[in-house]
Amino acid sequence: MSQPVIEIRNLNVGYGLGDQGVRAVRDVNLTLHRGEVLGLAGESGSGKSTLAYGMTRLLAPPGVITGGEVIYHPEQGDPYDVLSLSDSQLRKFRWNETAIVFQGAMNSLNPVHKIATQLTDVLKAHEPKMSETQRNARAREMLKLVGIAPDRMDAYPHQLSGGMRQRVMIGMALILQPQVVIMDEPTTALDVVMQRQILGQLIELRERLGFSVIFITHDLSLLVEFSNRIAIMYGGRIVEEAPASAIYRDALHPYSKGLLGSFPALKGPRRELTGIPGSPPDLKGMPSGCSFHPRCPKAFDPCGSEIPMLENRPDNRSVACWLVNS
Amino acid sequence: MTIPTSSIEQVIPGQGSMAQPQRAKRRSFRFVANKKAATGLIILGVYLVLAVIGPWITPYDPGARGNDLVQPPSADHWMGTTHLGQDVFSQLLAGTRSVIFVGFFAGIVATVLSVVIGVTAGYVGGKTDEALSALSNVFLVIPALPLIIIITSTLENAEDSLIALVIGLTSWSWNARVLRAQTLSLRRRDFVEAARASGERTWRVIGFELLPNLTAVIASGFVGTVIFAVLSEITLAFIGVTSATTWNWGTILFWAQGQQALAQSAWWWFVPAGLAIAILGTALSLINFGIDEFVSPRLRSAGKTKIKTASGRTVRMRIGFTPVLDNRAQHSHATPTPVVRQEVVQ
Repeated sequence: MSQPVIEIRNLNVGYGLGDQGVRAVRDVNLTLHRGEVLGLAGESGSGKSTLAYGMTRLLAPPGVITGGEVIYHPEQGDPYDVLSLSDSQLRKFRWNETAIVFQGAMNSLNPVHKIATQLTDVLKAHEPKMSETQRNARAREMLKLVGIAPDRMDAYPHQLSGGMRQRVMIGMALILQPQVVIMDEPTTALDVVMQRQILGQLIELRERLGFSVIFITHDLSLLVEFSNRIAIMYGGRIVEEAPASAIYRDALHPYSKGLLGSFPALKGPRRELTGIPGSPPDLKGMPSGCSFHPRCPKAFDPCGSEIPMLENRPDNRSVACWLVNS
Repeated sequence: MTIPTSSIEQVIPGQGSMAQPQRAKRRSFRFVANKKAATGLIILGVYLVLAVIGPWITPYDPGARGNDLVQPPSADHWMGTTHLGQDVFSQLLAGTRSVIFVGFFAGIVATVLSVVIGVTAGYVGGKTDEALSALSNVFLVIPALPLIIIITSTLENAEDSLIALVIGLTSWSWNARVLRAQTLSLRRRDFVEAARASGERTWRVIGFELLPNLTAVIASGFVGTVIFAVLSEITLAFIGVTSATTWNWGTILFWAQGQQALAQSAWWWFVPAGLAIAILGTALSLINFGIDEFVSPRLRSAGKTKIKTASGRTVRMRIGFTPVLDNRAQHSHATPTPVVRQEVVQ
């Protein structure tokens, strides 16, 4: 397996402190390898976005990181812990090394500035030595990469369609050639055709530029199609992590199975969509043992009392379930 | 999608027992818990009490002449005396009522006018908006103070309430403009459109959807107008437009200036009145800050903003830099350790 880029170790993220606080992400261990697309899937409120914002320290108050490490491996030099960077180091680290495309990113563009201004603004801040012509050339190149005609440089955001704006945002995230791009449901506001187009482009870009992607979505079918590995989150923990094809073919955790059973397959025999009964757990009153056991159709003895740990298996996948672990 | 009923029954009781988060403690007097607001309210409270009882507790008659002329502060005269031997402290106490009355009366008049005119103009739009905007534009360019001087000097021995009314009627336009602009941006928001689409009446949309969003603007406008009215009244008295027989802080300054208190280095004559004005302004501004934080639920819910990390440092919560409470790597990080892929421990 290739080199790791980001290693998350025992990351704990919560909202609020003391009695009022809730733990939204619990003891998460996750490794992103170079050039890999890692999918993070789970229901609303399972901690996907909290994990992504926590590891980049972008969580707004009252969010706090209560413990853990996020080791970043730069292309050259020694690995370091993102969580112990000072404010100025963190500023430099962001966008240069890790870029993020937010939920509903297409509304992140400022309506009164031209696309060109907003694209080159990043370069002004991070690479002050660049001349104006160089900056413009870079912005043009970026637009071309994401499939927008460079003559749209002087357009205002309202003159572009939703999909184009989204692609501008992706281009903006890539403009400093970061090693890692985190995408938080970047395509939820778009129609399926546009989704496919943008994701196809993203994969193509990744092959060309060689960055790694953490892709957050609740659309598991999307992930199965184009990510290398998938991590499934439930109640703030990762319950299953495996290569995408392995999850699709044979999910080990009952929750993953439930997620996969909630959307129809395009090919193959027709089957009944099952879904998962019940609703996600309340973070303030997590069930004892495995947090999924009240909804789990296969719950048995140890599930209600003991928390299953994420266990590595020989076939390069790991599961946190008493059915599989012994 | 069909869910077997048995599984729902299995699920619901389990969830019912576990999903009972303790209700967040209801905190009344939350506004007072804000330090800024509390300080401002206490100072303002002192002023209000003095405004009521001030004229009754004066140690001397503020107009009565005495034998100690231009005396510095002493046990007999806490803030010294004037050129006629009048007690400055008594004058200050006697003058508080007029200042507070004019400030708040004018503030209320101007705020009511600006809310009615500004919000109506912004929400109703069309011809109404143009007429009301024209009206506030006219009032905006009227130089308020000279107008007040002319009006009050034509009316002989104008009473405080008349002065307050004149100040209020001439100083609403700026806030009306601000409120109109804010209303214009609010009325296109989705929640207002949704309220209209669901058939809510205009007064309810304005009262229930718009005004709560405008509270901070209205409050700051009110506080600003009160400060402006206080300063205007004091200016009027200072330049001698209003009658010099009723006491307010401006009258004290008028006499101090007329008798060249500064040249006589009689600082006790004008410093107390000046300080009283400054402290009143500070109190009102502090209340304004408090209101800002109180009416914005987002600022309110943030709660504690300073937290302690495991290493004993205090970090402030702010957007973009999530605090890290316990970072075990902090120590080992000084010498970057070669990181080996850690196997997940069971």
